[in-house]
Amino acid sequence: MLKIEGLTAEIDGKEILKGIDLEVPQGEVHAIMGPNGSGKSTLSYVLAGREGYEITGGTASFNGHDLLAMEPEERAATGLFLAFQYPVELPGVGNANFLRTALNAQRRSKGEPELDAMQFLKTARARMKELSMPEDMLKRGVNVGFSGGEKKRNEVLQMALLQPRVAILDETDSGLDIDALKIVADGVNAMRGPDFSAVVITHYQRLLDYIVPDRVHVLMGGRIVQTGGPELAKQLEASGYGSVQAA
Amino acid sequence: MPAVSETIDAVASVTQGTYKYGFETEIDMEFAPKGLNEDIVRFISAKKNEPAWLLEWRLKAFALWKTMEEPRWPAVSYPPIDYQDAYYYAAPKKKVGPKSLDEVDPELLRTYEKLGIPLKEQAILAGVEGAGEVPAEGGEARMPVAVDAVFDSVSVATSYKERLAKEGIIFCSISEAVQEHPELVRQYLGSVVPQGDNFFAALNSAVFTDGSFVYIPKGVRCPMELSTYFRINAKSTGQFERTLIIAEAGSHVSYLEGCTAPMRDENQLHAAVVELVAMDDATIKYSTVQNWYPGDAEGRGGIYNFVTKRGACRGARSKISWTQVETGSSITWKYPSCILQGDDSVGEFYSVAITNNRQQADTGTKMFHIGRNTRSTIISKGISAGHGQNTYRGLVKISPKASGARNFTQCDSLLIGDQCGAHTVPYIENRCMTAKVEHEATTSRIAEDQLFYCRQRGLSEEDAVGLIVNGFCREVLKELPMEFAVEAQKLLQISLEGSVG
Repeated sequence: MLKIEGLTAEIDGKEILKGIDLEVPQGEVHAIMGPNGSGKSTLSYVLAGREGYEITGGTASFNGHDLLAMEPEERAATGLFLAFQYPVELPGVGNANFLRTALNAQRRSKGEPELDAMQFLKTARARMKELSMPEDMLKRGVNVGFSGGEKKRNEVLQMALLQPRVAILDETDSGLDIDALKIVADGVNAMRGPDFSAVVITHYQRLLDYIVPDRVHVLMGGRIVQTGGPELAKQLEASGYGSVQAA
Repeated sequence: MPAVSETIDAVASVTQGTYKYGFETEIDMEFAPKGLNEDIVRFISAKKNEPAWLLEWRLKAFALWKTMEEPRWPAVSYPPIDYQDAYYYAAPKKKVGPKSLDEVDPELLRTYEKLGIPLKEQAILAGVEGAGEVPAEGGEARMPVAVDAVFDSVSVATSYKERLAKEGIIFCSISEAVQEHPELVRQYLGSVVPQGDNFFAALNSAVFTDGSFVYIPKGVRCPMELSTYFRINAKSTGQFERTLIIAEAGSHVSYLEGCTAPMRDENQLHAAVVELVAMDDATIKYSTVQNWYPGDAEGRGGIYNFVTKRGACRGARSKISWTQVETGSSITWKYPSCILQGDDSVGEFYSVAITNNRQQADTGTKMFHIGRNTRSTIISKGISAGHGQNTYRGLVKISPKASGARNFTQCDSLLIGDQCGAHTVPYIENRCMTAKVEHEATTSRIAEDQLFYCRQRGLSEEDAVGLIVNGFCREVLKELPMEFAVEAQKLLQISLEGSVG
């Protein structure tokens, strides 16, 4: 269970998160929707442990682990995964090498044996086939020269390989055409199960046609202002965020 | 301690009894006394039982050195070196080799272990009897590496020599070559780097004590990588290797030089000279991984590495390729160069230089285009961390006759932290209308978002830096032979430990 209580955070002295309360039980997929500047990306970075944010109050834990007390890599080792809105390029670092290094770092921290190059390639190829990705994506530099859609698919591939227990998808749908959107959604849906939960952050309702959430939260002005079932997303699509503000 | 009688005799024989210095013999070492003068040059030459012409050659170098000044143009700073306050000759005492690794100094073995040198090679390096013998046919699938180990000044172990001899290849210490193949040494020594080339080359020419000699006959492709491990062990001992590699027409050789040194407090001077000669259609690939003691975080101690490396592509279509990974030394002053004399000859320089803490590096290359259609490629990757200062200094010179010459230069600098510096000083002198010269340069930082991205995937900060730096250096590392590439990757990461956070 991902549990956030009264979380407040600021950047450069400006308060962005003004008291977030959120519970995502294991096995559930929750959507967070909100207009630009509402604090969606800040929430995802704060949970993953990016530098530059000052936590001024509240708590965030995952399965009883105090997330805010851990280094980013320790949070990753507890099973937290962030699919980046803007995946980062690592020139000269082969995608296969990067993925295997990451996978083995996490396996090490769990006390599992590391995968050698052959075992890794076998696993990676199987996952890539499921995600309809060309095999040459393993050979290229991490995200270097990737199209927007390829970058997002690469995020989903990493998720499929790392098998996180909670995934935060930060506007993974932005910049995707409908085919890529389906592939990304299939990747997330394939992970769904009693041991996997996800927080899907999105501006638009479109993605939620393919990843049907258990709960939908509306984030505005640094707070969760409304929570409901999947129908809330459709309602927002029809009437816009203005209607929430009024409410 | 009393001097060994044979050394006294040896000195007496060349100095007509005027040699007035005693000898210190300590812990299995023989030192010539501190200081540098003509007598010391004569002592070294006598110690090595050299022919008269070589002594003359050394003395000429010494005379030139006395008239020269230490170069001040490199972008490095260090306290003045007292050349009279160093030893110029130190050699392990001759004795029967240990029977097995159990008999080898455990301290030495621990150093090897930290450096990740395989057991088999440890035995060879430590001079264990029989360790260097060629394995039975089909015994080892891995390509063997022939090791010529240099401890302090004297080469104490040579392996695979017999197998190489079958091909007519000569691979031995330069002292041995002086004795066994004087005609080759006399013909080529100083033919690429003359005695008076520069201050440090002159010093080396006067007092060089050992190094490697390689001769590849016409049309022979050397069946194994040739490797030398240099090591500086004795306190306050200057190290002056001299390496000479000759590749006759149509031959091919790949030479690996790995350098590591145990921790030392005092600054140690190192001034090596490497000369390469490639005839028609010959190829020499020279790879270096340099990991000498860089000094502590405050810049105390560490090796001064003042090296002159130069190759002559004498023949048509010959090729010389330098690859270097420089992670150690407190000061690096090094410009492996190519003289592209033969038509259609090719020169390459691939370099990774890391400066962390207080390290300073001024390194690069010189490409002299003399023959027609000569081509050169320069790829330089400089990484600065801590208070490190990293300078690429390079010269591309194209003579009027080098029609159709081409050069491509790429200099990339990576900065880690905000206390370090990266500098690029490319000189281009083009006197030929049909030549084409390209230069590209970039400077970048390891971005916070790159580190966060890696850490979010579970990598520690240091692993993330290692991965990003290795990616940055990929174009150079892929030029290294396989075993070296793995070692180099580890080294890059070790060298940058503690540079972030």
